[in-house]
Amino acid sequence: MTDFLRGFRDQLAGLLAALGGELAEFGPTLVRAVPALAAYVLLILAIMVLWRAIARGLAPRRDLRSLKTVTFGDESAVRSSRAASVISVVVIFLVWGAFTGSALVPAFLHVPGPFTGEAAFTYTATAPDGRTDDAEVRIVVHPFGEDPQVPPVAPGAGFAKDDVFPVPALRNELVRVDLNDELGRDEGAAVTQVDGRAIAPGGEVLLDWGRVGMSPRGTLNVVPEPGWQMEAIWLPPPEDVWDRLVGIASDGYQNFTLLEHLGYSLFRVVVGFALGALVGIPLGYAMGLSDWFRGWFDPIVEFMRPVPPLALIPLVIIWAGIGEVGKIVLLFLAALWIMAIAARAGVSGVSIAKVHAAYSLGASKFQVLRHVIVPNSLPEIFTGARVAMGVCWGTVVAAELVAANQGAGKMIVTASKFQATDIVILGIVLIGIVGFAIDVLMRLAENALVPWKGRT
Amino acid sequence: MSGLTLESISMRFDLPNGSHVQALKDVSLDLRSGEMLSVLGPSGCGKTTLLNIVAGFLAPTEGRMVLNGHDIAGPDAERGMVFQQGALFEWMSVRENVEFGPRMRGAPRADRRATADRLLESTGLKDFKDKAIYELSGGMQQRVALARCLANDPDVILMDEPLGALDALTREKMQGLVLRLWKETGKTIVLITHSVEEALLLGERLLVMAPRPGRIHREYRLPFAGMGVEQDLREVKKHPEFAERREEILSMIWDMEEEIMGHGEDAA
Ligand SMILES: Nc1ncnc2c1ncn2[C@@H]1O[C@H](COP(=O)(O)OP(=O)(O)OP(=O)(O)O)[C@@H](O)[C@H]1O
Ligand SMILES: [Mg+2]
Repeated sequence: MTDFLRGFRDQLAGLLAALGGELAEFGPTLVRAVPALAAYVLLILAIMVLWRAIARGLAPRRDLRSLKTVTFGDESAVRSSRAASVISVVVIFLVWGAFTGSALVPAFLHVPGPFTGEAAFTYTATAPDGRTDDAEVRIVVHPFGEDPQVPPVAPGAGFAKDDVFPVPALRNELVRVDLNDELGRDEGAAVTQVDGRAIAPGGEVLLDWGRVGMSPRGTLNVVPEPGWQMEAIWLPPPEDVWDRLVGIASDGYQNFTLLEHLGYSLFRVVVGFALGALVGIPLGYAMGLSDWFRGWFDPIVEFMRPVPPLALIPLVIIWAGIGEVGKIVLLFLAALWIMAIAARAGVSGVSIAKVHAAYSLGASKFQVLRHVIVPNSLPEIFTGARVAMGVCWGTVVAAELVAANQGAGKMIVTASKFQATDIVILGIVLIGIVGFAIDVLMRLAENALVPWKGRT
Repeated sequence: MSGLTLESISMRFDLPNGSHVQALKDVSLDLRSGEMLSVLGPSGCGKTTLLNIVAGFLAPTEGRMVLNGHDIAGPDAERGMVFQQGALFEWMSVRENVEFGPRMRGAPRADRRATADRLLESTGLKDFKDKAIYELSGGMQQRVALARCLANDPDVILMDEPLGALDALTREKMQGLVLRLWKETGKTIVLITHSVEEALLLGERLLVMAPRPGRIHREYRLPFAGMGVEQDLREVKKHPEFAERREEILSMIWDMEEEIMGHGEDAA
């Protein structure tokens, strides 16, 4: 027993040490993000000041809000500023475009791109006997993926010969400048200077078009200035994503059309949610109306509620495979507990005065259930349904990431394997739009069906 | 025989900790058909409990209740309730609320329409028939509650502080309405209130209850409800006897409250 405890204590100490290390590693990254965040906040404030000045000049307004002297902390005085929302979205696209060299964003807004074109440096080689010689290296920095013709250069005089190398932009390239030299590395000569500045293995020399480093074995490493722009493989420009949308919408991706990918995901959500509601709502009613059912299901529901549906994915795959059944079972379970708890809360939340009023108006038990308890629980059920739909949408995407033949999640996980970042981003945007649309639809339905919600 | 009779009603609540509360002890009462009774008493003296027992929501631990010759057991449409607030059905329009009772009992649509229209007219809600409950003011909501109760044509109307949540002006107007409806319909009404003035104005009879255990402390027969049918309620209030009774009852309840506080200190 004490051995077990001691072993556990050691494990815990080891874990805490490892986690501390993680934190230490993570910290600097956070610190590096601070200037970017500060710049963003300053941008927000600057645009606010600017916009307010413009708005005041355009239309001096005198509504209730402008007459209020107390607005801080008064919720009725804080309405979302539509202008801020629009500008915020525009800024996101501008930043996206600026950092990807997008054609949609005027060129003067682009952050500096990677260096391309011709560059040159000279190196100084030192022979074993102490003789030195200079040679010129021409570097042709070309866009990644192209294979430019590089015209040969005349070797020049001395034992070190001139060279020319193609180097792709945003990459680095080890260049064996000594290969054509009369005295190269194999003969004991070494490169000791670049553009007149000393260099040793592990060191580097900064030039105005990039830098030249030296590997531990003495090979020069040419790194053209990468600039601030993102490569398409990290972040494609907006127009690429749009072109992908157009392309996939007509040609499909991985044997399924875009409509099929999204349609399958939505289908799973709708069927899973509907089944969950179909079982969960009566279950919740039973729990709200009968102490036996309440007692029976309380332990089950209270245990299953905190289990994230995502944690069930492996088990569901083991039991039901990666087909539709497994996913629908998963979403059914995701919706079931939420809907049961919502229905239970809706029943328990009925005011006793309403029930008493109905009885003394001559209603039977069944009529009280039908005309008082059920309608009274609808607002709670709608709240539950909105939550459940959101959870189901998140769960289906995650389940498709793990295993599926088609679907929004499947689309982006396949695209990520092929490093098709544009499709990944497109997929994320579409998933967001669909999720948002689901919530808007649920809210519209709620306003139409339970208009009394929150007004009693 | 017609009317409502309570014979030695007692109510004891057993608490989970083993002790118990004697909420009512030996309450007996005879109410003639068409009588208006108001009930006053300090907080916690068992007024709501008494009303819930008469309504049939609670079974008394002892005693018997007879309405128009038969025993009371459980809620029934013959005994209508008007609550302080929150008992209207928000998912129904004003008219649907008023039609609820007849609809539950299977009255033909045309009949219940006519009943609802008549009652909405006499409670001044004609123009709000199709409005939602949450669109009405508190006073209008209580008028809907009255109309809904009357639509069922109950023998007895039980009201638990029906005007308690209203502002003073609305309350005064509603008192006039209650009096008028009582006169027009001839219903037996039991009205619980915390306002001594309201109890005096509306009750033909007035019960003052005392707490620990809840019991009937005094009973008055009052002329003011009869006067209020013909006269303005403000005129009634200026009556010397009205002022005299008001002071008497106020100091009686005041003394009881004092005693409750004293008890509390003894216990501490
Ligand atoms: N369900 C219950 N369980 C236990 N005790 C109860 C219950 N209902 C009422 N009581 C007790 O019975 C007594 C009378 O309560 P009741 O609600 O009838 O008073 P009330 O006269 O209506 O008071 P108020 O004027 O504040 O409405 C109180 O002491 C209360 O605590
Ligand atoms: Mg009460």
